[in-house]
Amino acid sequence: MLTVADVSFAYRDADVLRGVSFHVPRGRIVGILGPNGSGKTTLLRLLSGVARPTRGEVRLDDRPLARLSRAAVARRIAVVPQETHLAFDYTVLEIALMGRYPHLGAFEFEGPEDVAIAERALAATGTLPLAPRSFATLSGGEKQRVVIASALAQFDRRPADVRPPASDVRHPRGVRHPRGLRQTDAGAGQLLLLDEPTASLDVHYQVEVAELLRRLNQSQGLTIVVSTHDLNFAASVCDELVLLRQGQVIASGPTREVLTPATVHALYGVDADVRYHDRAGHITVVPIPREAASGLGS
Amino acid sequence: MASGRERRAVTVPGARIWRTLALFAAAAFVSVLAAPLVGSTPIDLGRVFSLAEPFASNIDAQIFFVARLPRALAAALVGAALAASGVVLQALLRNPLATPFTLGVSSGAALGAMVVITFDLSIPWVPAVPLASFVGSLGAVTIVYLLATLRHHGLSTEVLLLAGVTLNAFFSAVILFIQYFADFADAFRAMRWLMGDLDVAGYGPIVAALPLVVVAFVLFAWMPRALNLLALGPDAAATRGIDVALVQRLAFLSASVATGAAVAVAGPIGFVGIIVPHLVRLLVGADHRVVLPASALFGAAFLVVCDVMARTLLAPVEIPVGVITAVLGGPFFLWLLVRTR
Repeated sequence: MLTVADVSFAYRDADVLRGVSFHVPRGRIVGILGPNGSGKTTLLRLLSGVARPTRGEVRLDDRPLARLSRAAVARRIAVVPQETHLAFDYTVLEIALMGRYPHLGAFEFEGPEDVAIAERALAATGTLPLAPRSFATLSGGEKQRVVIASALAQFDRRPADVRPPASDVRHPRGVRHPRGLRQTDAGAGQLLLLDEPTASLDVHYQVEVAELLRRLNQSQGLTIVVSTHDLNFAASVCDELVLLRQGQVIASGPTREVLTPATVHALYGVDADVRYHDRAGHITVVPIPREAASGLGS
Repeated sequence: MASGRERRAVTVPGARIWRTLALFAAAAFVSVLAAPLVGSTPIDLGRVFSLAEPFASNIDAQIFFVARLPRALAAALVGAALAASGVVLQALLRNPLATPFTLGVSSGAALGAMVVITFDLSIPWVPAVPLASFVGSLGAVTIVYLLATLRHHGLSTEVLLLAGVTLNAFFSAVILFIQYFADFADAFRAMRWLMGDLDVAGYGPIVAALPLVVVAFVLFAWMPRALNLLALGPDAAATRGIDVALVQRLAFLSASVATGAAVAVAGPIGFVGIIVPHLVRLLVGADHRVVLPASALFGAAFLVVCDVMARTLLAPVEIPVGVITAVLGGPFFLWLLVRTR
């Protein structure tokens, strides 16, 4: 779906990315994993077309991103930034409706269909009950889910698609999954980019975001690229990983093959145990303190 | 199902926006029509528009159309331009405390006006002070714009803000320097200009400023959705199909031209550009598709009313309208500052 071909990026005189290549297959969740300062955010900015590579190119279904119009890209690729600080006090529904802007004519207002799409996107992230609330009053986790909803509303979908049952809509915290969203290809051909979605969230919201991403991927066929420095978040969510260190890809491929003690050491300089966790259903990474690793601790 | 549809009808933005704007338009219209009726000589609205009497002998119509309406229209034009520019600059800088004067426009205008007043410069056929003030504001805008774009791909809003604030301080110092050497009468005139004054003579200044304000407003009309997205941040706006650099440039330049034209007509009348947008946001929410046009209309009504107060509160002595807006606006601004922290 998205191909990164030998991409480099320099800011002023500093190389941020060097010769990065990988492919994001349709319908998969791909994680960009690396320590802080490895170039993850810059890479995401190139993937969304906000910044242009100094060398190489990013292709969306074999068409260079640079040759597509901004609105055309916006209808296929939506971005969830690490944190959203609003300059003014919008309501949650207004934020979700902003996702519809790339679909409207220059002076067109959102119609009932757009409102329906925005409300369904809020329902899909469990935030529909918050619709009339002021965005500024929400918790970090709620904000993150509302911004994800706004990104989902950016994708074109028929209003007849899916409608979550009323019982899910009224659920107070919206933690339960709207079962109405299931087995449609509404999100196919569309790409959601998330920059460190869990960086400032506690473990409860981290799990919630992880579940949400997997659900969106499975129920709507949405392709997702998520950057993170969190090994276990990556292991729990991503089908494939791209490991980024100092602006270069050191490994990429299926999560289970790529995430090994050797690559963890190469990325973060720590020793780690990498094991499959039966109850969690994915591999987990446990960093081992230096003394314990060298046997001095015992 | 029926109840669902009812609820939906309420949440669709278009209809609600037009209804709200109609109310604000009515307020602006009524204020402009009513303001000329207030004054030392009472006049009757029925007689003003009476066709039975020819204009030459209809004293009420003459006072209305010749003496007082130009002033109300000037107040409306200036109020609308300042309030709308305030909205646009607050969105551009992503800072609710920005005003139309934050980026140096007014101090550039003031410097231009001071030079003309102090050195008694005159230009044939053209009122020199408004022209010099407009040229001064354009000069300030150009400096700030060049600084903000020089070393950046887009428009750096941080540099914009810092350059504007610094330029304001610099120009103020130059103005004080010029004032120091001015004689008493010139210094007094300059002082009065700085307070803001809507006592325009006839329709000339309005006709001169109108095209500039209209051009700016045409650009404003195309902007509200982009301004909403800018509130999410420049990158988020770009991923929703907005050409951020273009919008930022147009927003800055059009707001500056509207502000420059308004200041040329009436001097730097403070606080309109900050209280009006915030009052309007308290009333209608944050969506710029409502806030921007509603602020223009409310700004017009607000300044017309302030000017009526300026004319009548201590009649026959006239209070500078800038004093009225500041006395109303200052405490409001402080309250806002404390409230948003």
